[in-house]
Amino acid sequence: MSEITPFSPEEIAAEGLKLEEYEEIVKRLGRHPNKAELGMFGVMWSEHCCYKNSRPLLKQFPTEGKRILVGPGENAGVVDLGNGLRLAFKIESHNHPSAIEPFQGAATGVGGILRDIFTMGARPIAILNSLRFGNLEDARTRRIFQGVVEGIAHYGNCVGVPTVGGEVYFDSAYTGNPLVNAMALGLMETDEIVKAGASGIGNPVLYVGSTTGRDGMGGASFASAELSDESMDDRPAVQVGDPFLEKSLIEACLEAFKTGAVVAAQDMGAAGITCSTSEMAAKGGVGIELDLNKIPVREIGMMPYEYLLSESQERMLFVAAKGRERELIDIFHRWELQAVVAGKVIAEPIVRILFQGEVAAEIPATALADNTPIYHRELLPEPPEYAQKAWQWSSDSLPPCDAEGIEINGTKKTWNEILLHLLDTPTIASKHWVYRQYDHQVQNNTILLPGGADAAVIRVRPIEAKPSECTIGVAATTDCNPRYVYLNPYEGAKAAVAEAARNLSCVGAEPLAITDNLNFGSPEKPIGYWQLAEACCGVSDACRQLGTPVTGGNVSLYNETLDSQGNPQAIYPTPVIGMVGLIPDITKVCGQAWQQEGDFIYLLGQLNNIGTGRGRSRTTPTLGGSEYLAVIHNTVAGQPPVVDFELERKVQESCRYGIRQEWVKSAHDCSEGGLAVALAESCIGSKLGAEIKLADNQIQRWDEILFGESASQIIVSVNPQARDSWETYLQQNLGNYWQQIGKVTSARSPLKILTTKELSLINVKINDMSLAWQQAIERRLKVF
Amino acid sequence: MKFGIIVFPGSNCDRDVATVTQGLLNAPTRMVWHQETALSDIDTIVIPGGFSYGDYLRCGAIARFSPVIKSIVEHANRGKYVLGICNGFQVLTEVGLLPGALIGNRDLHFICDRVPVRVERTDLPWTQNYTSRQVITLPIAHGEGRYYADEDTIKSLEDNGQVLFRYCSTTGEVNEASNPNGSLDNIAGIVNQPGNVLGMMPHPERASDPMLRATDGKLLFEGLLGVLDAIA
Repeated sequence: MSEITPFSPEEIAAEGLKLEEYEEIVKRLGRHPNKAELGMFGVMWSEHCCYKNSRPLLKQFPTEGKRILVGPGENAGVVDLGNGLRLAFKIESHNHPSAIEPFQGAATGVGGILRDIFTMGARPIAILNSLRFGNLEDARTRRIFQGVVEGIAHYGNCVGVPTVGGEVYFDSAYTGNPLVNAMALGLMETDEIVKAGASGIGNPVLYVGSTTGRDGMGGASFASAELSDESMDDRPAVQVGDPFLEKSLIEACLEAFKTGAVVAAQDMGAAGITCSTSEMAAKGGVGIELDLNKIPVREIGMMPYEYLLSESQERMLFVAAKGRERELIDIFHRWELQAVVAGKVIAEPIVRILFQGEVAAEIPATALADNTPIYHRELLPEPPEYAQKAWQWSSDSLPPCDAEGIEINGTKKTWNEILLHLLDTPTIASKHWVYRQYDHQVQNNTILLPGGADAAVIRVRPIEAKPSECTIGVAATTDCNPRYVYLNPYEGAKAAVAEAARNLSCVGAEPLAITDNLNFGSPEKPIGYWQLAEACCGVSDACRQLGTPVTGGNVSLYNETLDSQGNPQAIYPTPVIGMVGLIPDITKVCGQAWQQEGDFIYLLGQLNNIGTGRGRSRTTPTLGGSEYLAVIHNTVAGQPPVVDFELERKVQESCRYGIRQEWVKSAHDCSEGGLAVALAESCIGSKLGAEIKLADNQIQRWDEILFGESASQIIVSVNPQARDSWETYLQQNLGNYWQQIGKVTSARSPLKILTTKELSLINVKINDMSLAWQQAIERRLKVF
Repeated sequence: MKFGIIVFPGSNCDRDVATVTQGLLNAPTRMVWHQETALSDIDTIVIPGGFSYGDYLRCGAIARFSPVIKSIVEHANRGKYVLGICNGFQVLTEVGLLPGALIGNRDLHFICDRVPVRVERTDLPWTQNYTSRQVITLPIAHGEGRYYADEDTIKSLEDNGQVLFRYCSTTGEVNEASNPNGSLDNIAGIVNQPGNVLGMMPHPERASDPMLRATDGKLLFEGLLGVLDAIA
């Protein structure tokens, strides 16, 4: 830059801006910004707020469908459930705050996603969480894990929204940079969906909720940078939540919206007042003038820069209909909340901030919110070396195995021991320790309790409706196997979408739409961008194939930690898929536990024993990227399972049909740990045994058959009386892609897996499996 | 016969109770804002679960200063029914309508679960529809549900038969292993001496709807309705 700037390169960098971006700001303003304005650009041009790296990739997502009422761009997506019921839902990350201050980071993550929901006029009815941590053997990880779970419990329990489901993974890839993604569902309570675009020149702008302080300053820019040892000094960038205030805010906002006096609403999340004013103005094609001296504060002596960048929680901005502000203010005061007229809508499309009678900042709204920088990055011409190398792996490199077990480093391990080892792996094990701390029953609509089914199921009940009038349910899940995505971002992302849909189908729900949370490393690095681009492509293709459009979501980049030597360590690329599905009749749902001794057990989908002589195909269960390979052989390699959507759709459809006919009594998809772990989990849940026969197909190894992972596999149990109808249906719908593999045995029986030649592969007592599975997490936390 | 459900800022099970009393049992029910004081139309007051005033300072400690509390005490002193569930139980002990206190759970974590509970007395309206010593399953959801009182208070509660519900094993044994939160004497719910004020940590309203596959709590509301309707 030739002329002298009022800011040093360090000051510009401190706002998260690059020098080129500063030049762009000067060009747009026609002058240098002042300190407050620079801060506003810093947060608004962060990846967290403007998606400057990911926007070109997100464009390809399918976003329309017959049930989609609101797609990406608003605070949350909205789908039509029929019967006049509309569901709002969205996922959002709070990764970096949770790394620094786990309790408040996670708590405010929940608070933020709930505000996205009720800002639309929807009452929050459920929360899910997708969480990822390092290994529990590490003391710092244990502290982060416990803090995050307590934070979620603290906020969700107090605010009175049930935390009904989600997922928890443990992998050293997340040491120091945990992922905390919170998803919320809400039922629309207002006739009109409340949007964010300001309108009506002269309409008053109301500030409501909590007071403004210096907490959470610049959180959005902080969220868009790598974490380092010094990040601990950024603790003031983590906000502090007050769930009690949020509970009152929910009630007050919904009451306010029902008056019809609210023209538009926007929550103050990332970048607080800056973001809400500029987004409301930009979306409405108008301007907003706001006087900071009107804002209720919790501390004195704040400068405009601090007001504008504060991320104090539980605050909202409304545009009210002129003349009706009093009636809104009265509602908020009744709930003991702040509510003041702090500004007005103006014709000139600018955000004008007043402070002590002077203009403290004046910026075109679109420069902040709409017309933001975009980086089109170059995609690697071929897959990076790490992936190519991983793809070279094949199961031939493993030691040989037989029906008894496998010899690893000179020690023979039986399949029984390996199954118990896998059940004791925190990623596979029961998450009882986690969800027992979440109130998952408040609101009295939880149909399937956590831990008992592949997806959460809640009854959809408007607040005043009698239970007898409510028959529709909603199922929700969050899914992503990040090891698959790391090994092959395109196939892994497809698998995440397919698994989410499969989990919904396993409870009897028809998949409707997704919200996605893209957690990735730095896009400025070729590998990081390759992973992001490939994964976005996979999500797009899968959503098209399964008819589940994207209604919005969140992008969290720069998830890397710098070690003390300054070497960046990227997380596994983790595109978390939050999916919702419709249950037309809540009396017809399914859990994963067997229901009755004597029921027949079927495997739907790609079979392990390939009786038809098709041989190994791309969709045959594989050890590539499997939990078995990672945990037992310490190897992360291979190609992950590939989804065949034709088969996937048919398998899911068959499962849903069987559940709705009430033939199918339990359903569970095979995921981490493959067939053997899925069977074990159905046994543990029911305390019933099972006897399974598997053919030696001469193509696959025994560990591939038992622990290999594959898409499109569901295990169901069926009442013997329904056998004929069920099998006739399967024959028509699934052709050869199904098989009866055994039956449910008594409460005292073990899980027995035999070969067709009567050789025993696995024979383990249910109690032994339960102990390993139930205590895996708690046991590791007790190490001091 | 009418239920009144108290709503403090931060109450979050208020509507769940109404869904049972009004939605499932068709009993007249109205929500009572914590600043109201005229409660004479109400037969049974329910103080619901939740986090009144965020449970700041101490659970129920701020709620006790709400204007409605004086009317609740008068209502109770007239022998009319008061049911405090979870946070409502905490409020009742803070107000002094019930003795003792609810402190942090033994393992310091919030617990949401379904637990077996033994019915200790069936000669009160609350429990008349249960059988003696019946083991029922009720949901719990609390961080501070560990019942505590001094030795004399515990003794007098036991001597007077004021313990109405006790945590137990699935077969009815009362022991440490079946105590989810460390409550003294496995106490899950107590009544005042006349028996018209009940405080309990388990949530009967979460086990009343057949659609949710749990109905052991419904008998409590039905028992109460039976008595009140008989009087009316």
